[in-house]
Amino acid sequence: MRREPPRTLADYTPLAFPALMLIVFFVIPFSTMIAVSFFQRNPAGFYTPDFVFDNYARFLSLFFAKVLGFSLMLAVLVAVCCIAIAFPFTYLLTRQSRKMQTVWLVCLLSVLSLSEVIIGFAWQTLFSRTAGITNLLVAMGLMTEAKALTPGFGAVLTGMVYQALPYTILVLYPALVRLDPTLLEAARTLGASPVRAFLNVVLPALRNTIVATLIMVFVFALGSYLLPQMLGRPQHWTLSVLITDQAIYQSNMPFAAAMAVFLVLISLALVGLTLMLGRRENAG
Amino acid sequence: MSERLLRRFYFFLVGLFLAAPLVVVAGVSVNEKQDLAFPPKGFSLAWYGQIFTNPEWRLALIHSVTLAVCSAAIAVAIALPLSWFLWRRIAPWANIFQVLGLAPFILPPVITALGFLTFWATVGLFGQFFTAIISHAIFFVTLPLVTLSLGFASIDRSLVEAASTMGADDRTVLKTVVLPLILPYLVSGYAFAFVLSLNEYIVAYMTIGFTTETLPIKIFNALRYGYTPTMASVSVFFVAIAALVFGLIAKFGDIRRLLGAMSSDAN
Repeated sequence: MRREPPRTLADYTPLAFPALMLIVFFVIPFSTMIAVSFFQRNPAGFYTPDFVFDNYARFLSLFFAKVLGFSLMLAVLVAVCCIAIAFPFTYLLTRQSRKMQTVWLVCLLSVLSLSEVIIGFAWQTLFSRTAGITNLLVAMGLMTEAKALTPGFGAVLTGMVYQALPYTILVLYPALVRLDPTLLEAARTLGASPVRAFLNVVLPALRNTIVATLIMVFVFALGSYLLPQMLGRPQHWTLSVLITDQAIYQSNMPFAAAMAVFLVLISLALVGLTLMLGRRENAG
Repeated sequence: MSERLLRRFYFFLVGLFLAAPLVVVAGVSVNEKQDLAFPPKGFSLAWYGQIFTNPEWRLALIHSVTLAVCSAAIAVAIALPLSWFLWRRIAPWANIFQVLGLAPFILPPVITALGFLTFWATVGLFGQFFTAIISHAIFFVTLPLVTLSLGFASIDRSLVEAASTMGADDRTVLKTVVLPLILPYLVSGYAFAFVLSLNEYIVAYMTIGFTTETLPIKIFNALRYGYTPTMASVSVFFVAIAALVFGLIAKFGDIRRLLGAMSSDAN
């Protein structure tokens, strides 16, 4: 059956339900949120309709600048750590047997689907005084006394890398598994060692993929809403945590919405950049 | 040889990093008393029983499973006709709906969650259980959409052509050729959405968090009042479900293809 353009109205019927659902329950909520970001806070209810820029004006404070700066710095750090670990790993994984790859992919998907609550709880436990990793170090004689490693910046970073690592590997996987094997063969026949071939051939060939993945992981890390709260101190809170906090605990929906719109703009700009990079890679 | 050893070591390190927190949680979950101790003191599976016997945890489990079963079904119901239409028809503007389907998943989850919160609060349905079902269905529609698009792309169009030259109309082709061919992709799309919905916290919390507890919400709330090994046993239970579901997909389908190992060249 060839693909044909729809001719009659009846041809459009399959589209009706999906279009309706996506418009009513995604486009409208999204627009509502944008509208609310210009509304005024109403301590008694959710908000009062209005058209003010107050919620955006609040961004111009030192506190907000600090949170934003910290969020961006943390997300960059997570993205860099994840790529540094995941790129060589994914490369090696794609050269394993199919069976081995499948087993790893199942494990990675299982970790990826874990709730942030569970990841936070698991690392809290691993970093705790009574059940934590320091007990192991004490038993090995490397430390004198078990201690808690959370809350702290290291704990936040570790938890977020843990959350984003399977995602990074799965984003890199298609590009690496489809990498032309003759490229590498050529390098090897010309006398390059495996490590050299990896550094001088594979890495440069996938430069754009790496940058695109870096951005995707960055956006992913920017969205982490519980780990900074569960594993860190208030100064480690990110924009996502702040949005949740304002929306739920401070019941200041307009301000939360304004921050969310801001976060959308950052994310969209970065996703757009990724798409452009992807296009260039396909063209070149 | 040393290269191979190095590679094994690297795999071991990554595996250890991924497994370590889960191993500790599994250890904690079998403590005999209500301790947060590792290695566990004593051995007891009572905390696993708690998930089903303790009324609060059981209720949370029922909420979570209901939410996941229904929302994944709606997600598939949205994704199937959409991806079928995009495969069957040439209508470039309809791709906008594909983008809409992918967007909630690519944006930071807090944003989608807040969008739902403002929407349900505005229409006055805030806190009703069904709002969470719809919200999850939209949030996770990406997954069946991606697997089904892959599924349609893998269909050999000459097969469909053969059926229609032999007199089958659109409906018959759909029922006898297309649906059986994409069934595996449909099932895996459902399974992905199901597992992720089960684990999802923020959208559920912002839609029904004040009135209803799902398991992730229950764990988070319980953490604030102190610790019980039931949280650990629920966590292990969730990991086991995820591993089981993805393991089944891998056994009966091609998970490497689903994750992009082969290009969808039919486009």
